[in-house]
Amino acid sequence: MAKVVAVTGNEAVAYALKQVNPDVSAAYPITPATDIMQRFTSYVSNGQVKTEMVLAESEHSAMSGCIGASAAGGRVMTATSSQGMALMWEELFIASGSRLPIVMALVNRALSAPLNIHGDHSDGMGARDCGWIQLWSENAQEAYDNTIQAFRIAEHMDIRLPAMVCLDGFIISHSIERMEYIDDDAVKNFVGEFKALNPLLDIEHPVSYGPLILTDYYMEYRKAHAEVMSKVSKVVLDAAKEFEKISGRKYGLFETYRLDDAEIGLVILNSAAGTSKDVIDSFREKGIKAGLLKPRLFRPFPYEEIGNALKNLKAVCVLDRADAFGGSYGPLFIDIAASLYPHKNGPVLMNKIYGLGGRDYLPGHAELVLNELVDIAKTGKVKMIKEYIGVRE
Amino acid sequence: MADMIEIRWHGRGGQGTVTAAKVLADACLSSGRHVQAFPEYGPERAGAPLRAYNRISSKELRMHCPVLNPQVVSIVDATLLDSINVADGATKDAIFVVNTSKDPKEIRAKLKAEASQKVFTIDATKIAIDCIGRALPNAPMLGAICKATSIVTLDNLLEDVRKSFGKKFAQKIIDGNLEATKRGYGEVKEG
Repeated sequence: MAKVVAVTGNEAVAYALKQVNPDVSAAYPITPATDIMQRFTSYVSNGQVKTEMVLAESEHSAMSGCIGASAAGGRVMTATSSQGMALMWEELFIASGSRLPIVMALVNRALSAPLNIHGDHSDGMGARDCGWIQLWSENAQEAYDNTIQAFRIAEHMDIRLPAMVCLDGFIISHSIERMEYIDDDAVKNFVGEFKALNPLLDIEHPVSYGPLILTDYYMEYRKAHAEVMSKVSKVVLDAAKEFEKISGRKYGLFETYRLDDAEIGLVILNSAAGTSKDVIDSFREKGIKAGLLKPRLFRPFPYEEIGNALKNLKAVCVLDRADAFGGSYGPLFIDIAASLYPHKNGPVLMNKIYGLGGRDYLPGHAELVLNELVDIAKTGKVKMIKEYIGVRE
Repeated sequence: MADMIEIRWHGRGGQGTVTAAKVLADACLSSGRHVQAFPEYGPERAGAPLRAYNRISSKELRMHCPVLNPQVVSIVDATLLDSINVADGATKDAIFVVNTSKDPKEIRAKLKAEASQKVFTIDATKIAIDCIGRALPNAPMLGAICKATSIVTLDNLLEDVRKSFGKKFAQKIIDGNLEATKRGYGEVKEG
């Protein structure tokens, strides 16, 4: 029986981690990290999990500890945010390059300077090309569900890659919502026994991690990483199918909302997608064919599937809660544009940057964007391809 | 009441306003409803004005932004009436619940409430001092809101007050809060 609770996104993720009961966790549980690890360390102290908890002196060391424990042959997880993720930077590549299935909750928060720890996708977007799998979550339920599924995906024998589960800082992490917890046993069976692959602690079969590979083989190594990334989508879908059996909730590579017959559409990640759905309903009531696409698996990005889902629309706005400074457009826009590149008669695109540093994304913003899309669908003309919204001039 | 009720809380840091919003959300989980409770985060300082929000709905809550048009406005600290417009965006049929010893008619005038809006007062701080020995008005405020809005039954509310205070406090404090909630329910005045 599922248990209905009213909890914060952080509580939900910590509870998922408790149910998974990993072997080792290394963390630096101080701001900008959220109370996920504080809650988890309470589970450790109270003997509710068997996890070996390592409190490191920095986020760099926390990820290093996770890497060591994972290479040794344990099931490993951690959590971070914002500047903490930034400090892990070089270690993120070592985790993915060493093919270590570490699961990390990333509560998306802004980067300094100026100092701000509110909801913002800059931390996760900055790490998008570091070879990790990324699952993004709209609300506490999805953050919980994605955390559980992330273990299954990361640890899959065809994959063995680290995975991060992203959820919006404050808006989801610190807000209470109704959601459902799955039974402990069902979660335990779903993630299954951890299977070590080439563990360092298997001294009968010694292995090396992170050796020097020069010009002769580095490129082959990288190509192998790219190839394994191409297998992730299938594993994500298989895990979702199994997960539906224990939860009753359906997951895909992305979610479409009223998109099938839509002429105009929004593409938007995480919590702002929920707010946008309510506004899309009100446009539908007025007879306007509006829809929405919310990416879930952001890395690897399902280009083909997303391109096919959007190709028949007339006008699409991609909303980014991060900017790619000096790049052409916001990071989500760049991927959406690339996914539509093969479709010559695809929709007219525009890009709005919203909600940086926790700036509220209100229904009025979605209305403004949808009204603009109505005009673009009629005329085919965009006034400004990229624009900041909800900002002082 | 409507399918969805949106509540805005105005309080000051340290008064337990955020806890009150959480307890209300928990109490409203009953009968299969969807709930949200979230504060507006800023630099957290005792005494600084803060807002918190609730949404309670029979349908899934997808909106993730502050409440702009509350149907219920709970003012935990009446000194805020002088410094901020607590009626901002409130619906035509909004219910105001104000912690004050003053007469509800006087508060109605101060709020410039419309005839279609309801104004309730409760001396929550005095009740809290009587029952708990401290000026923590959240429990009697919850009782008053429960009576003024009928969004949750008193029994459900009391059960949740017991549950959420039971985690941290001694029996004496729990009993005090239960008594304070009941008195808030019983003593709220409309004007």
